[in-house]
Amino acid sequence: MAIESEVLVIGGGLAGLSSALAAAREGADVRLLSYKQSTLRNASGLVDILGYTHDGDGPLTDPYEAIPELPSSHPYRTVGVDGVREAMAMFDDVTDYRGDHTDTNALLPTHGGTVKPTARYPRGAAAGLASDDRDVLLVGLGSMVDFDAPHVAAHLEAAGVPFEARGVSIEFPGDLRADAKVTRYAKLLDTNGEVAVGGRMVGARDALADAIEPHLDGEARVGLPAILGDDHPDAVRAALGDALSVDVFEVPMGPPSLPGLRLEDALFEAVDEAGGNFETGNPVVDYAAEDGHIEEVYIEKNGARIPVSGDQYVLATGGLVGKGVESDREGVYEPIFDCHVPHAEDRYDWFDLDVFGDHPFARFGLPTDEQLRPLTATDSVEFDNLRAAGGILGGYDFAAEKSGSGVSIATGHAAGTNAAQEAR
Amino acid sequence: MASAPHIVVIGGGSTGAGITRDLAMRGLDVTLLEQGNLTHGTTGRMHGLLHSGGRYAVSDQASATECIEENRVLRDIASHCVEMTGGLFVKRPEDTEEYFEKKLSGCEECGIPAEVVSREEARKIEPHLAKDIDKAISVPDGAIDPFRLVVANAASAQEHGARIETHSKVTNLVVENDEVVGVEVDHSAGPGKRVHGTEGGTEEIRADYIVNATGAWAGRIGDMAGVDIEVRPSKGVMTIMNSRQVDTVINRCRPKGDADIIVPHETTCILGTTDEEVEDPEDYPEEQWEVDLMIETLSELVPMLADARTIRSFWGVRPLYEPPDVGSDDPTDITRDFFLLDHEERDDLDGMTSIVGGKFTTYRMMGEQISDHVCNQFGIDADCRTADVPLPGSDDFTVLRDYMDEFGLRSPIGRRSVERLGSRADEVLKTDGPNPTVCECEGVTRAEIQDAISQSGSDLNAVRIRTRASMGNCQGGFCTHRMASELHGEYDESVARQAWDELLQERWKGQRHALWGQQLSQAMLNYALHATTQNRDRDPADGEPVDFAAFDTGATQPGGATGTDVAADGGRTDGD
Repeated sequence: MAIESEVLVIGGGLAGLSSALAAAREGADVRLLSYKQSTLRNASGLVDILGYTHDGDGPLTDPYEAIPELPSSHPYRTVGVDGVREAMAMFDDVTDYRGDHTDTNALLPTHGGTVKPTARYPRGAAAGLASDDRDVLLVGLGSMVDFDAPHVAAHLEAAGVPFEARGVSIEFPGDLRADAKVTRYAKLLDTNGEVAVGGRMVGARDALADAIEPHLDGEARVGLPAILGDDHPDAVRAALGDALSVDVFEVPMGPPSLPGLRLEDALFEAVDEAGGNFETGNPVVDYAAEDGHIEEVYIEKNGARIPVSGDQYVLATGGLVGKGVESDREGVYEPIFDCHVPHAEDRYDWFDLDVFGDHPFARFGLPTDEQLRPLTATDSVEFDNLRAAGGILGGYDFAAEKSGSGVSIATGHAAGTNAAQEAR
Repeated sequence: MASAPHIVVIGGGSTGAGITRDLAMRGLDVTLLEQGNLTHGTTGRMHGLLHSGGRYAVSDQASATECIEENRVLRDIASHCVEMTGGLFVKRPEDTEEYFEKKLSGCEECGIPAEVVSREEARKIEPHLAKDIDKAISVPDGAIDPFRLVVANAASAQEHGARIETHSKVTNLVVENDEVVGVEVDHSAGPGKRVHGTEGGTEEIRADYIVNATGAWAGRIGDMAGVDIEVRPSKGVMTIMNSRQVDTVINRCRPKGDADIIVPHETTCILGTTDEEVEDPEDYPEEQWEVDLMIETLSELVPMLADARTIRSFWGVRPLYEPPDVGSDDPTDITRDFFLLDHEERDDLDGMTSIVGGKFTTYRMMGEQISDHVCNQFGIDADCRTADVPLPGSDDFTVLRDYMDEFGLRSPIGRRSVERLGSRADEVLKTDGPNPTVCECEGVTRAEIQDAISQSGSDLNAVRIRTRASMGNCQGGFCTHRMASELHGEYDESVARQAWDELLQERWKGQRHALWGQQLSQAMLNYALHATTQNRDRDPADGEPVDFAAFDTGATQPGGATGTDVAADGGRTDGD
């Protein structure tokens, strides 16, 4: 006898969590299956809706305005502007992200030294807005090669930001090894653990503030790489800010990204609060269907095949990175249900010659009907009770458009809501 | 003799660098000119095999004999560039016994230590060999890092007073009275180390003698002086695997054929190759079938290759040459021997000799012969010492020390750094500041990156070939921005940005041939990290000015967007 739910969501990233949350809020009995760590650990933690048009115009000030102009294959066209707005309202309701006071995009500094348009940003990044004209001191750690503060500051100036940016490198107090992990810094700051400075033991927050203080030259805000705590980031930031009498912000970073992981935690908590169930750590490996209707899926657990069933299914296993879409030398495929993934036959037609060219592989994914149900090569519905959301969807290039989080939240919300309504 | 003759060597591959070192050590005044980076042409596009000679033991015994001789020399003088992996010539049931015997006796005739090993023994050495192979012959093949080797030759030449100019293209030869007396050079970034964004210029360099060591490009230089050099460029593909499926060089024991060698190289394996004549050494098709052929044919020897991850493919062109009267149809028939074309004897053009053909393994021997020839032109009697004097990094490199404690490095990184640096390890790794790892795939630390920058200027591709940074699994996805940051400080932001863009594009080039499975997934992640997280694809620093005021300036509720103490969520989240 399979474990039963009304809505079964496969995938624990932004789209899966948004689906599960939306379905649970509709009152459905929801179960979310996730296998590996989600790609949120790779993500900056910023939530973009749309930063550039399909043709590369931008940065866009109003993402909603540009949505109706997107190609019809784009997932945003399926859920519509209102769908995006409803989804973002749900997101705003369960997170403490900023940016919801306006439709206008924000510009935030990146650890690569550029600025990028985004619709929502964590509170920790708020004081870093690039449209704010207060001068910035960026502080990097000499041993942290992902964030070279003087280089980032110089690059920001080259990007034309309306403030002066200066960068300094300091050593993190205490005697951490040269290749300490970001979680090591975060933990020390979370717990305000003691570190040795000049022969005496000092709390890590005070010690860090003391190390920054001599470098301040009247700047009103100080930016650090996103290492300022995992469990208590607000308290860490507040302590540093109070000690230095400045606003402190984090610059989002690459993997492992604490803001991405914090967002994941917040959404898991929200799904939990809404009554959803989780089953993590085991892959979905197969399914059974009859007459185009999925009966159950099978997860592999310690070598056993365990059936799990739902009335409705949401597939949110991600794109090429999350392995919701896979490929070999012969072609591109969706590994669980073998849903159709359109792609050129010749794999030399999957990419562009320029590193930032128009890459077809970036748009690999499932085509769907208006209810986000995957379609076969002949445009019929693959399964009447399967919907897809997030990175697994085709027809858009989230990296070029800066639309990844928005599409995941919007399609996740729509798929979860539809699935719940259908199941009831 | 009033002053040492000034020799210009054109071509910064193994041959050119070898000649330059040799001549400089003999006291001549030498300038080396290379149109790209050192190793830019054929040398940087080889599979890294240090030949035992076994490969030529049947078809070309003269080459085979030279190979084993130079194999021994390079183990001595370039120990930090060589890994003596050993090699196997593996016979499958469908390969003939007759050829196997020929190979074995050929090795003996050429003085190549060779031994027959049974199937069981071979599979004990290399457990991933196919179960149904017959047997194999073991030979002293090895792996060699062509980048490190050429850089060491250039560094040694510099220590002996040579001038090394990279990114300096010869645009014309200066010919006066049927004698080549100089070259015209176009520097892409000013003379000396390459610095991005620095304006280049043209220079006329007068010389007493010119050596054309441009390999597949030799005909181009010949054209500038109106002499005909019929090099027949032949392309070959090499496919890089993400791990070492084998630790021994694996050759297929059968007559010439495509896809018959696997070379373990640093953290990877390199599969090779094809042999196809092309018209133009710089512009030839790089085709999917060639990559597929490597994987399919070589998995007959090592079945797990069929599903293994490849990280990129690259093509090289061999500078094959045969004297005009031979006329082979098939490039695999053309000898791998080298030829010294004295243009005075051959074309009544004084002052220049070209060197064509040859093999990487015998680069030093070629350098010796051409240096003898050059010295003869001037009646100079100076001995060649390149076979006896170790290259920089290889002196007194007897023991791999454990640098973990000494430099605070994790042990695998410390070990790899020391392997790469050889006897230069102390000099490079002893730094005052922290020495974090910049490239995790290849275990390259900041100190090594900084050392490479001090040698090569702002060119991150030159840093790459010196350190291997950005050459691992992620193909630069996680380290190109870090490498660019290592440039900043000494160099301006715009210089670092240009170098960064150039490296990103270069790393993309070869990955294109490995875009399926895990590497396609990696490519998407790299794209996302650069484009989404960093917005490098739409970098405002490279584009139109942005109207910052048109964007969100922060919430206007009490406390402002920037306050750290305001709960904007109605108090749902505690302030900790």
